[in-house]
Amino acid sequence: MVGATYPLAFTLYPYRTCVALGAPPVRHPVLIIGGGPVGLATALDLGRKGTPVLVLDDHEGVGIGSRAICFAKRTLEISHRLGAGRAMLEKGVVWNVGKVFHGPDKVFEFNLLPEDGHRFPAFINLQQPHFERFLVEEIEKARADGAPIEIRGRNVVAGLDPQDDHVRVTVETPDGQYDALADYVIACDGARSPARDMLGLSFDGRVFEDNFLIADVRMTADFPTERWFWFEPPFKNAGASALLHKQPDDIWRIDFQLGWDIDRDEELKEDNIRARVDAMLGGDVDYELDWTSIYTFQCRRMKTFRHGRVLFAGDSAHQVSPFGARGANSGVQDADNLAWKLDLVVKGQAPDRLLDSYSEERIYGADENILNSTRATDFLTPKSDISKIFRDAVLQLAGKHAFARPMVNSGRLSVPCVYDGLSLNGPDSLAGPERTRTGAACPDAPLGDGYLLDRLTGGFTLLAINTATPDIAQVGGIAVSHLTLTTGDDPTGALTARYLGDTPAALYLIRPDQHIAARWAKATATDVETAMRIATGQGA
Amino acid sequence: MALTLSSNIQDPDGFYDELLATHEGLSKDESDALNARLILILANHVGDRAILREALQAAKE
Repeated sequence: MVGATYPLAFTLYPYRTCVALGAPPVRHPVLIIGGGPVGLATALDLGRKGTPVLVLDDHEGVGIGSRAICFAKRTLEISHRLGAGRAMLEKGVVWNVGKVFHGPDKVFEFNLLPEDGHRFPAFINLQQPHFERFLVEEIEKARADGAPIEIRGRNVVAGLDPQDDHVRVTVETPDGQYDALADYVIACDGARSPARDMLGLSFDGRVFEDNFLIADVRMTADFPTERWFWFEPPFKNAGASALLHKQPDDIWRIDFQLGWDIDRDEELKEDNIRARVDAMLGGDVDYELDWTSIYTFQCRRMKTFRHGRVLFAGDSAHQVSPFGARGANSGVQDADNLAWKLDLVVKGQAPDRLLDSYSEERIYGADENILNSTRATDFLTPKSDISKIFRDAVLQLAGKHAFARPMVNSGRLSVPCVYDGLSLNGPDSLAGPERTRTGAACPDAPLGDGYLLDRLTGGFTLLAINTATPDIAQVGGIAVSHLTLTTGDDPTGALTARYLGDTPAALYLIRPDQHIAARWAKATATDVETAMRIATGQGA
Repeated sequence: MALTLSSNIQDPDGFYDELLATHEGLSKDESDALNARLILILANHVGDRAILREALQAAKE
């Protein structure tokens, strides 16, 4: 099937007759199926590291519809490492205040009060097409700098044939079919992943019997830039919950929870959608419908994200409910986790089994996300009478008593998981802060005119604070860069609070994905070498 | 600390009276809602997750 199945917001990689047609199959180190946020981020990361990567997408750009709209701090930090974070922040809407209503009454409001000393806010609202466009623009820049990245639009993967030392990929194009050979394939082809089906792999989990209507409306109303969420909304036919949230370009996301037994076609008629939106906004507000959709969702994941030479990332590997914005955000973390590992394996600097840790670590992340998103869903759509009774009791109490407010759950903020106790972790030999323990993603901190994460640019880094680094420049061909700081480098004290706590000095070994591989009060070159071997899959 | 399962309320008859009186005149739905609020208020007062887990178990047995 090489015809377009959805309209495009932006044409980014128009179809060109492929040189591979009628030629003997060419071998590619890495072939990525799918040019969504996850495929693009992985391609950009690999290409910037010099590993050749071919991306095949079944369309010529990014589909219309805002879809994912909340991009979390960690996603922006990863995008910034890849070069696209600044453009996202400039375009995105930053918000801090949320209000929760139950019926007509405001139950409470919260302010995210983001911690100071980070380049990026807790998250931004940005339509997914812009997010993808910024990544493609950065890929174009990387290509101009010589990064070996190729994207082929309207090249549809029709067959996957895994062999011992490669995968044969059959590709259909408007001008015919060709075969490509890949050392590794990354399937970033979405929740309905054709690649998963081609390999006959299961995708099990829990289905939620509910339908959500999205209406993105364009209006210049002066609603504040806040997240408003209603349980049992007071406006007509709004369903069991409703959401109003601002996006860039005067677009507002409106969400109605409609229940299970609905007539989908009927609910999607413009008049019916407008009746709901009118009831919510009040009749006198002018707006256009920008994009509408009805979605249902499931929480599920593959048993393992690695199947030989085929790796699954993003929605193809795990699917969550939208509450808490854990879909695209966790997918970009998959990309962040996989790219450096695959790069080292392709370059022969790390053993193939390093890729097993991708599955191990990201399953850990996916399970945390599924747990959080399932809990939010159970609060939003109580599954039994007693569950509804307790939910409503929490909402009633939250209006009067502070203790009940943390129980109100309309989605928990997506934050990166800490890879506690997993295989690539080296020692944690520092009585330092909990948040920077081994396995955690490095929190940002101000540093001179910039930020700490600006200095962690995609390789292994040995960060020394108030001490010297041991003399070690590489381990088995993998470079280790050194970053030596003192308490005085950050007069705000954030660096000290986040990385030292009450200890006078520290040494951190930081992975290319900015997760902490090991930390010490004091370490020798041998200690660092051992931790490097563990972090690159060469441990005992 | 463990969950207290020996008698711990002074004047148990008086408390029982008060509990029922609080529900007096309420419909079944209103009573269910009141009980749910009461459980949440008491659970927050206890706070300790281990004790709450013991209590959930004791109630289920």
